Amino acid sequence: MKDEDTPSTLAGIPGPSPAYQVALDMLKRGTIIAPLLVALGAAIWGADGAAAVAYALGLVLINFWLSAAIIAATTRISLALLMVGVLFGFLIRLGLIFLAVWLVRDASWLDMFALGIAIIITHLGLLAWELRYVSASLAFPGLKPGRATASINTSSTSLTTPASVAVSTATKE
Amino acid sequence: MSNFIEVAQQAVELAQNTSESGLTAAEQKSADAATGAGMAYGLAAIGPGIGIGYLVGQAVQAIARQPESAGQVQTVMFLGIAFTEALALLGFVVFIMLKFV
Repeated sequence: MKDEDTPSTLAGIPGPSPAYQVALDMLKRGTIIAPLLVALGAAIWGADGAAAVAYALGLVLINFWLSAAIIAATTRISLALLMVGVLFGFLIRLGLIFLAVWLVRDASWLDMFALGIAIIITHLGLLAWELRYVSASLAFPGLKPGRATASINTSSTSLTTPASVAVSTATKE
Repeated sequence: MSNFIEVAQQAVELAQNTSESGLTAAEQKSADAATGAGMAYGLAAIGPGIGIGYLVGQAVQAIARQPESAGQVQTVMFLGIAFTEALALLGFVVFIMLKFV
């Protein structure tokens, strides 16, 4: 086989990036849940806590979006650049988060303790929430968890294998 | 005379609060917190850095072996990166607590 016949393993992957789609999903869910989280922060820490939770949520969502944007941009160019982008992107994003927190370190309207807690909880919470959908999509390609799937799982316990779930869902639809 | 005694008492208190390095107890505590915060942030970034490097390396290898599964691999890779990054964020939150709270 000639060299020119062999596709380069480091060539970029054209088309829409799944990582970017996942990040957009998380942005959407974060926006939906934002009022509830801010209200929770206000209930626990007061107005300062609400501002801190809103700030933390913004930081986490921008961090996710930036991470996915870097992955999407570099994957289109080459897989080698993907590694460079992800690693340097990690450092750059950590620096940006540090800068964002440093800018508000003396702000009287923001509770730093609440900010720290909210960063961790929103980051892990949004990830866990997204993972529910992604893991189901990976396990049962073509299916998404929803009311129809949930009702099948709860109503008929005998349908436990992936094939049977897929068949039964297809029959219902 | 009373002023002299007050100044002397203040000097004694200051001497008692001053450590061997010439810092007061409050300054020493602040310096220790700053050192701990810096170490927490720096050390917490090392592990995720190694983890993300390994994760992306394996993902690139998987895509190179099976280009048709690139979409699934990218999705899992992105989530893996985000979960690994949570460790670095934990260190960063410890930094916030030590430095600013």
